[in-house]
Amino acid sequence: MSEHASRRTVHRSPMAAPRSFLWTRRIFLTLLTTFVVLPVYVMVSSSLKPLEDVSGKFEWIPSGLTLRPYVDIWETVPLADYFVNSIVVAGAATVFSVAVAIFAAYAVSRYTFRGKRVFTVTVLSTQMFPGILFLLPLFLIYVNIGNATGIALFGSREGLILTYLTFSLPFSIWMLTGYFDSIPRELDEAAKVDGCGPISALFRVIVPAASPGIIAVAVYAFMTAWGEVLFASVMTNDTTRTLAVGLQGYATQNDVYWNQVMAASLVVSVPVVVGFLLLQRYLVAGLTAGAVK
Amino acid sequence: MRRIRAAVTGAVTLSLAFTATACGGGEGSEASPKTLTYWASNQGSSIEVDKKVLQPELDQFEKETGIKVKLEVVPWSDLLNRILTATTSGQGPDILNIGNTWSASLQSTGALLPWDAKNLQAIGGKDRFVDSALGSTGVTGQDPAAVPLYSMAYALYYNKQMFKDAGIAKPPTTWDEVIAAGKKLSKNGKSGIGVEGSNLSNNIHQVFVLGKQHGADFFTADGKPDFTSDGAVAAVKQYVDLMAAQKVVAPGNAEYAQNQSLSDFAKNKTGMVLWQTPQQTFASQGMAPDDWGVAPAPVPSGKPGQGTQTNSMVAGINMAVFKNTKNLDGALKFVKFMTSDEEQILLNKAYGSVPPVKSAQKDPVFADPSLTVIRETLAASAAALPQVPEESQFETVVGTAVKELFADAAAGRPVTTESVKAKLEKAQQQMPKK
Amino acid sequence: MTETAVTPPSERAVRKAAPGEARAPRRSGRRRIALPYLLLLPALLLELLVHLVPMLMGITMSFRELTQFYIRNWSEAPWSGLDNYTVAIDFDAPVGQALLKSFVTTCGFTVLSVGLCWLLGTAAAIFLQENFRGRGILRTLFLVPYALPVYAAVITWAFMFQRDNGLINHVLHDQLGIGDSPAFWLIGDNSFWALLVVSVWKGWPFAFLTVMAGLQNIPRDMYEAAALDGAGVWKQIRHITLPSLRSVNQVLVLVLFLWTFNDFNTPFVLFGKAAPEAADLISLHIYQSSFQTWNFGTGSAMSVLLLLFLLVVTGVYLLLTTRGRKTSDV
Repeated sequence: MSEHASRRTVHRSPMAAPRSFLWTRRIFLTLLTTFVVLPVYVMVSSSLKPLEDVSGKFEWIPSGLTLRPYVDIWETVPLADYFVNSIVVAGAATVFSVAVAIFAAYAVSRYTFRGKRVFTVTVLSTQMFPGILFLLPLFLIYVNIGNATGIALFGSREGLILTYLTFSLPFSIWMLTGYFDSIPRELDEAAKVDGCGPISALFRVIVPAASPGIIAVAVYAFMTAWGEVLFASVMTNDTTRTLAVGLQGYATQNDVYWNQVMAASLVVSVPVVVGFLLLQRYLVAGLTAGAVK
Repeated sequence: MRRIRAAVTGAVTLSLAFTATACGGGEGSEASPKTLTYWASNQGSSIEVDKKVLQPELDQFEKETGIKVKLEVVPWSDLLNRILTATTSGQGPDILNIGNTWSASLQSTGALLPWDAKNLQAIGGKDRFVDSALGSTGVTGQDPAAVPLYSMAYALYYNKQMFKDAGIAKPPTTWDEVIAAGKKLSKNGKSGIGVEGSNLSNNIHQVFVLGKQHGADFFTADGKPDFTSDGAVAAVKQYVDLMAAQKVVAPGNAEYAQNQSLSDFAKNKTGMVLWQTPQQTFASQGMAPDDWGVAPAPVPSGKPGQGTQTNSMVAGINMAVFKNTKNLDGALKFVKFMTSDEEQILLNKAYGSVPPVKSAQKDPVFADPSLTVIRETLAASAAALPQVPEESQFETVVGTAVKELFADAAAGRPVTTESVKAKLEKAQQQMPKK
Repeated sequence: MTETAVTPPSERAVRKAAPGEARAPRRSGRRRIALPYLLLLPALLLELLVHLVPMLMGITMSFRELTQFYIRNWSEAPWSGLDNYTVAIDFDAPVGQALLKSFVTTCGFTVLSVGLCWLLGTAAAIFLQENFRGRGILRTLFLVPYALPVYAAVITWAFMFQRDNGLINHVLHDQLGIGDSPAFWLIGDNSFWALLVVSVWKGWPFAFLTVMAGLQNIPRDMYEAAALDGAGVWKQIRHITLPSLRSVNQVLVLVLFLWTFNDFNTPFVLFGKAAPEAADLISLHIYQSSFQTWNFGTGSAMSVLLLLFLLVVTGVYLLLTTRGRKTSDV
């Protein structure tokens, strides 16, 4: 399997690349890596310093190292709770958003129907709404739904999941439409000839072929929910607070625990980065290339 | 074909169903009368510390009254927005802490319970509180929107060793002395006094006091913005001139907004800082309590007092009851409990603040030299920020103007009476028209 | 859900109804018509609930005098007609001037940020297309900025941009000796560049990810055929890779554009409640105009203006990019 995958990932010609290409690549990637790594290095080194050193002059090599911040982060704010909230909220929002988007994108990509343009333009336009414009109205709607039906949408994880899933939905639909469009129609025609209905053609042919795109969209949906600050800050309480807001707890009125902010950020990011790492295998698996052949 | 329909309806019902699984009770005002929801502000060194301080007291309250209090410590970054959204929707806590400077602004929304004579009587009467603290609970002439809970005031903190090294015998008491001391301290990469140039609230607190000293208020008696009076312009210019003209403030301070001026102080980089109760921060930055001294904040000349001798704003936290509460009786009981002598002593001690309750102030804990300065300032020479509905806007626009002037000063651009006046003029025009 | 039971005998159906054998094909035909709508239904309902209805409420708010005196019962706030809009676009008064300036700043910022994000993302994806040692590590590393919580990433940059203690000035001023005195990055005119750097750092991995996914759909035989024709690597990139990414790019650039234009988190965490004038992005500006000054009416009016602008830009963009592209849209 792995040998299979690695063979497929080499997409461009096996012909040896010219020197100019190799050097450009080398220089570009070196510069880019520096750019990416610099803040990460600052985070790591600062997270290992005592507070009084962090707020002092920057040093490349920290003088007094300590693991204390990694112990203190759990005491200063309920980091573990925030982390669970974030994972649950972002995870659920991602799953639902991607599922809803797959259906919608399939309709837009493969069907001709009245109102299609209206739909796509409307959905896309929702992405333009400045969050500020509908923060208060949405809050009011959630409260009224709560009063009328007893479903607590505000202050609950569910309300936040619902909100975030629609945040990523318009673009998920759009991007998936783009990916679906690039999959040759002959593939699903072939499946239909084999006796598949439209929905099973979607799941048997299109979804596997578009899996890199679906993963990209899922990552997008996840990160949208993972990093959102404004809505989370008014729609959560101390039991449902997410990391994006919760990390601000390290900056209190009188103290900013720089070292702990960075330690906590690193700790909570590790699982996400590992998750990305695992998904990458699928992202670059190049299934379409195999299927077309 | 059946499968299609199943899949489609599945998707639809799924998306609807999961919204419906979200059951559970509402917050605060929806709950039964045996519970209360309380939004506390973050007073200690972290939210967790606050919970540890407050929870035992809430348990005590439950034991006494049978009312359970659901505590949420709301970080400062979220508190005002949470209150505003709660106000809009009517769905909020029963009791909440507010920054005392927000009192008049929040009062004008009508979301907070007015403390009329009857309500005040329920918590032991108005006379229990220190006058200056009561002065920051809402528009004068109306029933207060909140009652004082914790009090703070500005004082001058100085680095003992740096003062000794520079040959300064005693802490300065007037602005001239501050500048003279600052000039002696400003050498070898060190500077005289720290400011927090990008912190809007702090800027307001400082220029407000300087305004008082110049005989200027930022609002007219009938509550109209008056930012461009000679006194106000002079006050703002005097504050920014600490950096621009006197050079006793390091240019880097112009971008400070995260208490970097306190860490500079703790690291012996600046000799003085004007602040409200920074003891805990000094400690967490690694500065021993013996290394710093405290003196009343400076005045133009003479001794601190009222009017032009004002040397601090009345800082602190007020406690308010949300008007929509379904349990007014319980809420009043809770406020009474929190403002009782016993709780006042215990909580203010934990937070390094001073009780706004007269009888609680007598406790020996508050006779400590650094707290004595604050207690005396509050009693004799502190003034409340303008108690007008537009206070919040005032903080934003004038605080930003001061921030921009500091940025000019730091970049070496001249700060003149004209440029200060122009900035304040612009700020005033951004205030809501009435 | 069984549509046969509910169908009213519509005129058209009656006219079309052929005797005898018509039943089965007609059913499946109707289902074919209904299917796309059913597929879209969940998305539509969600958008209605969370975006469209609140937006209509927001638009209503923009015609009211929704100040702190009325937020508690905003359905009773007095109607103010176009007053909020007049205030917002009176470019001779400070409020309008500030809004205009903020708008221009945001436009410039967005163009630069989107351009750089797209460039870095596409270049990195293309350079990492072929296997070489360390490729896997780089691919993971490049997604790290994306995985860090926004607050943490931006506060770290703010930390690095400090004038006296930050890494940036340590390198530029102390080690490379650029400038007489250390520069300010978080206040004054440089703040624009600081914001741009942070925004690109945070945003480009998304472009990278998207393009990388797009590259997977380019059939390998196209490269093989080009190689047989003697096309070198650069030529293959120009003639195969970039054109094939067109549909992905169309969406990507639009995503980045709207995302950057409406970005609130980055300036808010980097500068706090009041951004320096040079970096006063529109979203933060509107936030300040509504939440900080408690004037939700004017804030909403500004948002609506912004919305109109974005609608126009998006419309024009889509018109330009889809022209000539084969499309089966109705």
